[in-house]
Amino acid sequence: MTRIALTVNGSRVEENVEPRQLLVYFLRDRLGLKGTNVGCDTSSCGACTVLLDGESVKSCTVFAVQADGCEVTTVEGLAEGDELHPVQQAFHEQHALQCGYCTPGFVMATVSLLKEHPDPSEEEIRAGLEGNLCRCTGYHNIVRAVQAAARAGA
Amino acid sequence: MIPAGFEYARAGSVDEAVSLLGRDEDAKLLAGGHSLIPLMRLRFTRPSLLVDIGRLEGLRYVRDDGDRIAVGALTRHAELVRDPLLARHCALIGEAAATIGDPQVRHRGTIGGSLAHGDPASDLATIVLTLDAELVVHGPGGDRTIPAAAFFAGMFETALAPQEVLTEIRVPKVPSGTYLKVERRGQDWATVGVAAARVDGRVQVGLTSMGATPLRARGVEKALAGGASAAEAAAHAAEGAMPPSDVVGSSEYRAHLAEVLVRRALEQL
Amino acid sequence: MSILGNRVLRKEDPRFLRGEGRYVENLPLEGALAVTFVRSLLAHARIDGVDATAAATLPNVQVFTGADVDAGPFGPPPFPGLNPGMGRPLVATDVVRFVGDIVAIVVSEDRATGVDAAELVSVDYDPLPAVVSPQDAAKDEVLLYPEVGTNVACRSGSPEHDEKLFDGCDVVVSGTLVSPRMAPCPLEPRSAAAEVGPDGRVTAWLSTQTPHQDRMVLAGTLGLDPAQVRVVAPDVGGGFGAKMLNPEEVLLVWLARRLGRPVRWTETRSESMVALPHGRAQRLDYTIGGTRDGKVLAYRLDVLQDSGAYPVLGAFLPNLTALMASGVYAIPRIEFEGRSVVTNTTPISAFRGAGRPEASQTIERALDAFAAELELDPVEVRRRNFIPADAFPHTTVTHAAYDSGDYEGALDLVLRSAGYEELRDEQRRRREQGEATQLGIGISCYVEITNGIAETEFGEVEITPDGGAIVRTGSFSHGQGHETTFAMIAAEQLGLPIEKVTVHKGDTDEIAKGTGTYGSKSTQIGGMAARLAADEVVEHAKELVGDYLEASPADIVLDPALGRLHVAGDPSQAISWADLAVRASADDRLAELKASHEFKAVPTFPFGAHVAVVEVDTETGRVELRRLVAVDDAGTLINPLVAEGQVHGGIATGVAQALYEHVVYDDDGNPMTSTFVGYAFPSAADLPSWETVEMETPTPVNALGAKGIGESGTIGATPAVHNAVVDALAPFGVRHVDMPANGENVWRALEEART
Repeated sequence: MTRIALTVNGSRVEENVEPRQLLVYFLRDRLGLKGTNVGCDTSSCGACTVLLDGESVKSCTVFAVQADGCEVTTVEGLAEGDELHPVQQAFHEQHALQCGYCTPGFVMATVSLLKEHPDPSEEEIRAGLEGNLCRCTGYHNIVRAVQAAARAGA
Repeated sequence: MIPAGFEYARAGSVDEAVSLLGRDEDAKLLAGGHSLIPLMRLRFTRPSLLVDIGRLEGLRYVRDDGDRIAVGALTRHAELVRDPLLARHCALIGEAAATIGDPQVRHRGTIGGSLAHGDPASDLATIVLTLDAELVVHGPGGDRTIPAAAFFAGMFETALAPQEVLTEIRVPKVPSGTYLKVERRGQDWATVGVAAARVDGRVQVGLTSMGATPLRARGVEKALAGGASAAEAAAHAAEGAMPPSDVVGSSEYRAHLAEVLVRRALEQL
Repeated sequence: MSILGNRVLRKEDPRFLRGEGRYVENLPLEGALAVTFVRSLLAHARIDGVDATAAATLPNVQVFTGADVDAGPFGPPPFPGLNPGMGRPLVATDVVRFVGDIVAIVVSEDRATGVDAAELVSVDYDPLPAVVSPQDAAKDEVLLYPEVGTNVACRSGSPEHDEKLFDGCDVVVSGTLVSPRMAPCPLEPRSAAAEVGPDGRVTAWLSTQTPHQDRMVLAGTLGLDPAQVRVVAPDVGGGFGAKMLNPEEVLLVWLARRLGRPVRWTETRSESMVALPHGRAQRLDYTIGGTRDGKVLAYRLDVLQDSGAYPVLGAFLPNLTALMASGVYAIPRIEFEGRSVVTNTTPISAFRGAGRPEASQTIERALDAFAAELELDPVEVRRRNFIPADAFPHTTVTHAAYDSGDYEGALDLVLRSAGYEELRDEQRRRREQGEATQLGIGISCYVEITNGIAETEFGEVEITPDGGAIVRTGSFSHGQGHETTFAMIAAEQLGLPIEKVTVHKGDTDEIAKGTGTYGSKSTQIGGMAARLAADEVVEHAKELVGDYLEASPADIVLDPALGRLHVAGDPSQAISWADLAVRASADDRLAELKASHEFKAVPTFPFGAHVAVVEVDTETGRVELRRLVAVDDAGTLINPLVAEGQVHGGIATGVAQALYEHVVYDDDGNPMTSTFVGYAFPSAADLPSWETVEMETPTPVNALGAKGIGESGTIGATPAVHNAVVDALAPFGVRHVDMPANGENVWRALEEART
């Protein structure tokens, strides 16, 4: 077991972990943050996307021990009480989710994308979301949501 | 899936990493983890010890070193894409890095990790081979420099000795270059990739996913040196290559793509 | 003001946006043991022995084999004509028939140990020859069920060929279309949990589309009284037809009862890619004949359906293909033969479209081929064969009773929206210039059957103590937005704001009956059941209000705008739902404000037309879809926002089959595309935005005027894109390209035409 200390959604966390525990399972099973989902086993689908020190990463491809000393933000850390984060609000208004399973991953990837490209073209949005897969929406409304979030200055 | 269990050690320096690697012959280095962890999750590989060098910030840099640009092995793909020195002096590196995976992968994957993995589908491996880059490695005996042409030994095999750590990649300042990549989908590995660059006045061409290692298209280079046109030279694209056949593409299709992409890359140079 | 027809944002969104989705994997289950399945790595082999000794050395690990499982077999389902001898043991005992077949079950305290232990289970296999291609399987040389004596699981249509079928045809064209095998890939892999309560009843939490049907199959397979089984489907992350009961869920319940402890399981993606049923996998040989001026007189379709190793719903789908074979065209003579054969591959079940995409893919390809042979414009040939708009209701030669349609209208609309003439001009210009990147324009006109097996759905409406309403539906939304759409329907009938109407679903203890959601039927039968139940509640309310206002119920009216009931002509003494609920509660009469309804109706037939524009790099063969313009008419749309979302997702899947996705096996039955790296599931970077165009031709079949829409996008898009690629390559002498029309397949088609 290895001791790690990190900040998750603004709160300090200290835990002993098995080195082989992936960050996504640490978040879900140890911290009870079930919003981050596991959709594949080849780092392809992005349902597990979180922010690690402000950048989007696939938490299924990071060991919890690698996140020692880092800041992690999950989807649960976005809303402020009753008020949704502008990206979440945009996804809602543009009907950019159906079954919801890929949604936290897309939301976190979008937060990161807009930080790096505050005013992305449609092509940049689609390329920027290359690492996230969705089976329900056909992506059309997700692109609209990112555009709306960009306009709202997210 | 869940990886098999392993011991974990964090190296505070390159020397410590070298020493930790010596502890266990089934030890592997962990940098960004984006070549290694997917293999571990499918249990295709089960190292008994992971030596984490991800915190060695001293290996994350891009420096102007006279006639070469020195890139620290732990520099991440996303950093290569936006680095101004590389953009100015060796844009091919950033251009190829921009095609790797997706944004999340590029936030974590490192150039050193990508090269040390020895995957013939690695875009950066093709670039460093095309540019005749130098790879600096550190081992129990100290530093040595391996020319790219000698670095890629076979499928997932490099010239790295068991305890050696790749620390720096030294690329020439190259005025122009092109990397063309065909994939089935955006996030895929290359079906075929072609790099072309003028290095020391010679046109050099590299191929991704055309064999067990990244390859130099020597037949193309020789034809060009002999005055052939882009199309004539491109006919030699697959010479000496044994492109694989898999679900992404057959070897015949890859050979055909190589010819088309070589011609286009040369025309763009 | 009516809420119906408005783009109402979804009520269910907040929990998903906040990461509070109640997927089975997220549900807390105290003390649950982890279940891991050991699966065959061989496609066809006898099992000589299973050695669990090494596995059992890990702490608290138990291993069960087929010999331990005293239940089953699983299936085959009772579809007419399905060979009853091809049932599946819950856990393989004597023989494995596909890579992924369950050979042992590991139970452990935690999942990681389960994976470690599963690796240590050693199975002694005696390999058998594997048959992978349906054509080989049809030869009955390598048999999956020797005691049955054939690989044919199901037949449909007739093997009789009328020699006179193509009499009078000036031109007859034949061809083959293979609709490649696809993997459904819901983003949520399957998950299940089961627990036996102190009263001996078992509760199963399942990631399923069909909780009520699952309960019956669970009970039947395990020999239980259905009353002793409760199924709860909480939030489910996509299904697409594949998430109906499979052996794994049955085994979870069996284990819970056997062990007396709760158990849970979640599949990995690589596991899902081999163990969750696949879709499509039909080979269709077509012959189409007609007159020189383009009138189709006869069409013959010969379907070979790959059923996979254990026939389930997929084996039956050629019947739907036959039903919809002629599509939107008035073809007088149709002949059909269908054979479903088993192969040593993953079983085939329903997948978004389920038998109908194959029909539209083939008739649209056949029409284009017929037009090409006649050197006529494919648009013109379609016009000459449409079932006309004034011909409805229309029953086809295949016995499909189309309710309403305007096929030429849909085509006109899509061509106008796409700027068809300008596209042809651009295509002509590029052809004249001999450009390396050619333009291809593809058209598809389709009709599809929704609520295809004419089912009955349950709906219940109940007024709550605070004057709101609960809708209990037997439909089961797993992304389709029923929590909003059905709330809208009930709110409309009751005159309540949508915020006060809550939709409940998925728990067989709470919802008396249901069929679940598939076949694009839920709005038309589940929505209608909810509507009629709401209407009944209104009638009961009139009785109560009549009592309170001392008037005859016949004189009481509901003001839907204000949500109040009063004597007709005298709104001064109106009682709101909230007031009524309070008064009724005080009088112990609240239970009267509850009603349920079961609604059954015949199928409806949405239709549409799509135009696809592709660019083909004729040197590399790579295809890029530039535009997909879609007219999809599903009658009255309750919530156009949700309906469009369904079309968007459907189109993406249709495009994916045309250009990207294909489940591949090698000759030994080893799956070659069992991860998202090998299987070409496209991302947003691989697809354009969609151009959807509105058209609503209501159906007379139900009071909502609503047809289904969930699968339409898929059925329309694949043939449009496929036709577009062939169109792009026509100048090079290419008449056909295999799907997926990716770079490799396009290049091969060009090479073949060159030689």
